[in-house]
Amino acid sequence: MGGWKGRDVLSIADFSRKDIDLVLKTAKKMVPIARGERTSRPLEGRILATLFYEPSTRTRLSFESAMKRLGGDVVGFTSAEGTSVQKGETLADTIRMVESYSDAIVLRHPQEGAARLAADFTERPVVNAGDGAGQHPTQTLLDLYTMWDERGGIDGAKIALVGDLKYGRTVHSLTYALSNFPVDLTFVAPSNLQMPKEVVEHARAQGVPLAMTEDLTHVVPDLDVLYVTRIQKERFPDPQEYAKVAGTYRVDAALLRDAKKGLIVMHPLPRVDEVAPDVDPTPHARYFEQAFNGVPVRMALLSLILEGGG
Amino acid sequence: MRDLKVTPIKNGTVIDHIPTGMALKVLRVLGIAGDVASTVSVLMHVPSKHRGWKDIVKVEDRELNPRELNKIALIAPDATINIIRNYNVAEKHTVTLPERAVGILKCGNPNCITNGREPVESVFLVRSKEPLRLRCQYCDRELEDVATAIL
Repeated sequence: MGGWKGRDVLSIADFSRKDIDLVLKTAKKMVPIARGERTSRPLEGRILATLFYEPSTRTRLSFESAMKRLGGDVVGFTSAEGTSVQKGETLADTIRMVESYSDAIVLRHPQEGAARLAADFTERPVVNAGDGAGQHPTQTLLDLYTMWDERGGIDGAKIALVGDLKYGRTVHSLTYALSNFPVDLTFVAPSNLQMPKEVVEHARAQGVPLAMTEDLTHVVPDLDVLYVTRIQKERFPDPQEYAKVAGTYRVDAALLRDAKKGLIVMHPLPRVDEVAPDVDPTPHARYFEQAFNGVPVRMALLSLILEGGG
Repeated sequence: MRDLKVTPIKNGTVIDHIPTGMALKVLRVLGIAGDVASTVSVLMHVPSKHRGWKDIVKVEDRELNPRELNKIALIAPDATINIIRNYNVAEKHTVTLPERAVGILKCGNPNCITNGREPVESVFLVRSKEPLRLRCQYCDRELEDVATAIL
């Protein structure tokens, strides 16, 4: 992919290994600014529109914080209620209108394909902040950043993804992205929630060694990264069956007793029961850092698409 | 069954070797409705030497553009196109699948943005020709049943 200035961020599949590396390195430089330890205002005078057709507090706040840390400003809405959308305006029209009020557009929408459609109707760069069950590329990039930063690189890592791998878009995008790296993947899930065939096929086609199992306990001692996702109750017709499965995939301090010293536990948050609070004080817990990393990673993307780079 | 029940046409286009039952969909894909200026003959369930049965469509006094005709490769991959001039086959083409199918298929994902009121045409990218696999450019979902997805 060519230059960064004006580029849309729609799907992680549009990112090459080189693109990902640049985002990670740029994000690293943003950390002191994201923490408020240093100020920098390269995006002063620029306006980011954040159009959230459904609420997503963490994603929205981290985009807004990212823009403001770089000296820019933000306009937008936090739900479709009370906007022209409720009056029946098409997304295409909303985008054409917002284009004239902003320099870049962040879109969260309940329907798949919304971000790509938005990008068709504006010259401004569009960043997909989640479209239905579709893509959420900035989440994937912050996940990659967390692994890269915590381990000093992603290459060679033994990574397990655990939980609802069938319906979880986070783990699908992450698998696509990790297929760009020489890593070792293990998918840990009950058989009815295992990774979809097309995602597995893609990873295999990229030459990624991968294993699939239902047994979490046995894989833990080998791992460098344990990425946990929530198993949703509504996927199980029988509540008892849910309780049994949820219990099996619960990560707690006892499970991590035989883990490598350097193992990191990640979770896109919010968590319910799948990572026990007794993991929080262990040296393995990284999910709060992961949540913070959303800011420098989004700063890196905003700076790249508004100012160029690479 | 050598002689067909419909006589040869003098000028126009004959689309042969359409899978049986697909002739009307072929017309739909080509946008040929009741408003054409010439005769359109549709032959359904005609004996075929190679595959048992087939459909045939004949459009008189009109030479259909081969690029347009490639769209029907989505539902009739083995179709042949004969351009007829003065009762003779002047040109013969086989259809080839386009890289993209624009505005002729409806995405099977009910939550896809193209299934709402947005002013866009659906766009499908051909991922593989054999077997035929198409992916919605907007929601990335693969189309499961091409024949029923035709608009």
